[in-house]
Amino acid sequence: MIRFANVHMQYPGGIDALRNINIHIEQGAMAFVTGRSGAGKSTLLRLIALIERHTRGQIIVNGQNLERVRRNRVALFRRNIGFMFQDHRLLNDRTVFDNVALPLVIAGHDHQEVKKRVQAALDKVGLLSKQKSIPVTLSGGEQQRVGIARAVVHRPALLLADEPTGNLDPALSWEIMCLFEQFNQVGVTILIASHDLEMIKRMRKRIITLREGRTLTHISDHHDKK
Amino acid sequence: MKPQQTQTAEYGRKKSFRSLLEIWLLQHLQAIIFSLGQLCRNPIASFLTASVIGISLALPTGFFIILENTRHITAGWEGSVEITAFLKMDVDDNAARKLASKLASQSDIAKVDLVTREQALEEYRQLSGFTNALEALDENPLPSLLLIKPAHGEFSEKSAEELLNKLQAVPEIENAQYDQQWVKRLNAIIGIVQRIVLMLAVFLGMAVLIIIGNTIRMLIYHRRSEIEVAKLFGATDGFIQRPFLYSGFWYGIFGGIIAWALITLSLLLLQEPADSLAQLYTSNFKLIGLTIKDAFLLILSGVLLGLIGSWISVQRHLRAIEPV
Repeated sequence: MIRFANVHMQYPGGIDALRNINIHIEQGAMAFVTGRSGAGKSTLLRLIALIERHTRGQIIVNGQNLERVRRNRVALFRRNIGFMFQDHRLLNDRTVFDNVALPLVIAGHDHQEVKKRVQAALDKVGLLSKQKSIPVTLSGGEQQRVGIARAVVHRPALLLADEPTGNLDPALSWEIMCLFEQFNQVGVTILIASHDLEMIKRMRKRIITLREGRTLTHISDHHDKK
Repeated sequence: MKPQQTQTAEYGRKKSFRSLLEIWLLQHLQAIIFSLGQLCRNPIASFLTASVIGISLALPTGFFIILENTRHITAGWEGSVEITAFLKMDVDDNAARKLASKLASQSDIAKVDLVTREQALEEYRQLSGFTNALEALDENPLPSLLLIKPAHGEFSEKSAEELLNKLQAVPEIENAQYDQQWVKRLNAIIGIVQRIVLMLAVFLGMAVLIIIGNTIRMLIYHRRSEIEVAKLFGATDGFIQRPFLYSGFWYGIFGGIIAWALITLSLLLLQEPADSLAQLYTSNFKLIGLTIKDAFLLILSGVLLGLIGSWISVQRHLRAIEPV
């Protein structure tokens, strides 16, 4: 699903964010990226989503070589990815329903289809009753769950989450993680950046640790030991 | 909630032309309604913006109407533009009459009045009071003359000039003339006013572009986070710019309608004084307003300026916003 080969990422100004990264994440896997702030976790996700372009090496996502995805094809490429953020980035000028519907509206689904899928997604995260609320009126955990619903409503093959539990207490964080696991069980490949080592160890999934832009350890990883 | 591994294909190649067209239409419809909703959500601010656009459009339109009315009035004076053709002294009354009827049958001449030598002398005698002096002459010194009214519907200097040249070429005519100076001056003034109205229209059109461009720029920055999120979820540039372009469209159309309303109202207020003035001059002058075609063009120019203004703004500001 995701393959990094000797990937370097240098930001303008000479700061090396990632150095010689080699990773392979299989389709249907669930993996964590961890490390201190500034270790390159976010950069890794941003490269996969083509928010940033890597400076050297090769990245292949879902069979597509990212170097070959031209600027005008980036939008279509991203439709196959779901995103989640620490600050959830919900739009407070519209309802929960409209927030979750955004990826479907972008893809041009008709009204019935949108309604059906949004309600299914909200049901899945247990917030169907809040579909008419404005996000700002929800609790932090609920907002994050709306974020998840929005990230999966268009049935992406890949889900990227950047510190999805960063602002939540341990109990709520665990709840969110279990939701991710459920989506993973139906086949969504999931990559989560998190510094909450305690919790992600409990999940018993693969953990990629970054330090100063390099990969350190690959727990339960046997694919890129070359 | 099962993922589809071939989604890229689903979104890209495999969709039929028809369903792509349907999506395209659907998204346009959504953008039209969404942008109208945005305007309605902020009715006072939207109305103020549309009013500024409306006034900017109404000003040159108003001057244009004044110009049209002036032209209409001078067209009424056209009858007073007469060419006086002096015949040669050796042309007798019969020949003069023949020439008069021949000229009257020409398509570019409306009417020919003949003043024979005797009539001219008589007139001169009465008007000048030089009766005795004239009697001292043994021969009538005055030529016959033809008073010719040009036929052309609308006054134009060119057609009058042409007619004059033609008359000069007639062998019986010694000299033909009309008050060229007066017509030339009037035309020059109309020309200047026309140029001023045109410049005003261009300047105010630019003002409308700037107003709409700036309004759209504010809208874009207001909805920055939304644009970022939409781009993350695979929105194309077209998808993102559409509502802004339609906002420009709505501002333009409402501005055009407000301009039309202002003009119509002003004309209603001017109708009465204009009528009483016309009565004082015993003229059948009627104030010309906007025809349906003019009103349509006015609103259309609003729409075009709205679309162009928002397009420029979108090109300049939307690309700069990328997800972070």
